[in-house]
Amino acid sequence: MQNDALERYYKKIAEAATQDMILNMGPQHPSTHGVLRLELITDGEIIKEVIPHAGYLHRCFEKHAESLTYQQTIPFVDRMDYLSSMTNAHIWVMGVEKMLGIDKEIPKRVEYIRVLVSELNRIASHLISIGTYGIDIGAFTPFLWCFRDREHILNMLEWASGSRLLYNYIWIGGLFYDLPVGFEERCREFVEYFKPKMVELNELLTNNQIFVSRTANVGILPLDVAINYGCSGPMLRGSGLKWDLRRIDNYSVYPEIDFDIPEGKGQMGSVGDCWDRNKVRVDEIGESLKIIEQCLDRLQKELKRTPDFDPRAKLPRKIIPKAQDFYMRGEGSKGELGYYFIADGKSEIPFRAKARGPSFNNLQVIGEIGKGIMIADLIAIIGSIDFVLGELDR
Amino acid sequence: MIFEEIKQLLANKFGEDVIVGEETGGMQPALIIAPERIADVCLELRDNEATYFDFLSCLSGVDYGTSANRFGVVYHLTSIPYQTQLVLKISKEHGRSTDDLPVFPTVSNVYRTADWHEREAYDLLGIFFEGHADLRRILLPDDWEGFPVRKDYKAAAYYKGIAIEYPPQDKFTSD
Repeated sequence: MQNDALERYYKKIAEAATQDMILNMGPQHPSTHGVLRLELITDGEIIKEVIPHAGYLHRCFEKHAESLTYQQTIPFVDRMDYLSSMTNAHIWVMGVEKMLGIDKEIPKRVEYIRVLVSELNRIASHLISIGTYGIDIGAFTPFLWCFRDREHILNMLEWASGSRLLYNYIWIGGLFYDLPVGFEERCREFVEYFKPKMVELNELLTNNQIFVSRTANVGILPLDVAINYGCSGPMLRGSGLKWDLRRIDNYSVYPEIDFDIPEGKGQMGSVGDCWDRNKVRVDEIGESLKIIEQCLDRLQKELKRTPDFDPRAKLPRKIIPKAQDFYMRGEGSKGELGYYFIADGKSEIPFRAKARGPSFNNLQVIGEIGKGIMIADLIAIIGSIDFVLGELDR
Repeated sequence: MIFEEIKQLLANKFGEDVIVGEETGGMQPALIIAPERIADVCLELRDNEATYFDFLSCLSGVDYGTSANRFGVVYHLTSIPYQTQLVLKISKEHGRSTDDLPVFPTVSNVYRTADWHEREAYDLLGIFFEGHADLRRILLPDDWEGFPVRKDYKAAAYYKGIAIEYPPQDKFTSD
């Protein structure tokens, strides 16, 4: 069969150019959060259509994964959503452990450390999202404040793993290293330091009248559209649905931890607008802090560090899952992060590995909610979606 | 709703021949659907009050290898009201030609999220989705030749007339 989609696309652009204006936003535009190109067909200031062009950061994740072992792929997984590498690796590792059938044998201390670092990383990722959202719509100070506090988290994670962003810390069956001595105390100090900073940030940005005017009632995403477009994470919760895979699937040690799922309530405008999505992230930082405190409680009491504790004790020597295919999903900081594995039962290399990135699905909806709005509002919508191009393009 | 009930529901609605097999050996049982009926099945599973699989988690194109000569698509559905998951699979034999691609019906009219996923499967594996509104490449440039995630893909020697240098032992073109 003949695929004429490309010709139809060229024709559409050529026709639109005679009537309307074609405006290219990106790939080097700072408010597109990376190398994303949005082709806008506009009538004056009103956007008629948004055509996203992705792929500028494509690094062949799936092809690489088919030529490397499960353990060797973890650094590549880190580089997908480079703002929350720990959660990426955590979900990948859980998927492989489930396939090997060793997921029940992982020591509790290891699992708590994994959750602890994942939640720290989630805070760091949300801080980026909130800070750059401010800068997108003209507030510079919150960006600096967010980066200042994120730096504390990155310093701690660097202390534990040896690198600032791309950790390779969570391994199949265990961890790279145990937490450094004094990490728990330092982390507690950070939580105490950080709580009042969030109050300040809310006063400065979240409840700021200028910010509310720019984001409330803008880019309203109805719940049915969000579900049909496969939006997940803060996008879906912002539209008013309590859907968090940490609770739905109850993976890892999350069932033992008490936390709430924030949802959009339409406090400043309608449910599912940009402000709601941002508010969900702000609230999630608070919930992550709760999780971190509970992890620290356990890690300092019943799961205390002992001299003979070896986080690599359960590391399988050969990782050969039996022939099966398995879809592992979990709550990344942007939404449902899933890996689809096909193992052939003979080799240490997956036959097929596909990553379902939340950014990929969340960005797709921009074609729907980006119609008939002003160009300035599109910037507000892009910021509220919070995508990472590394994960979109993989 | 459990797996057997869903199977029965589909058989009642579309006839026995819509389900051509099942895989129950792994942790996630899968239904193998007749490829030409997949869009109807998805629509029924989405709208039926007993199932409500309203969320397409993942859509993956699969090349089952050079010896099997088989291409397939795997659908991971989630029901948000019932909090259940279901795996659907379709596949057909194909001679790996890059001019005449394997064709499956699109589900992008049922789940809009399939739009980009199908573009990705087309881009990387060369699976054609009939009825898709805008089946352009999404991750690779529009003028890319070949489908890289296919098992028999040979890495290109040139791109736009410029020779591409590879490391001595090229792992990406292995079988």
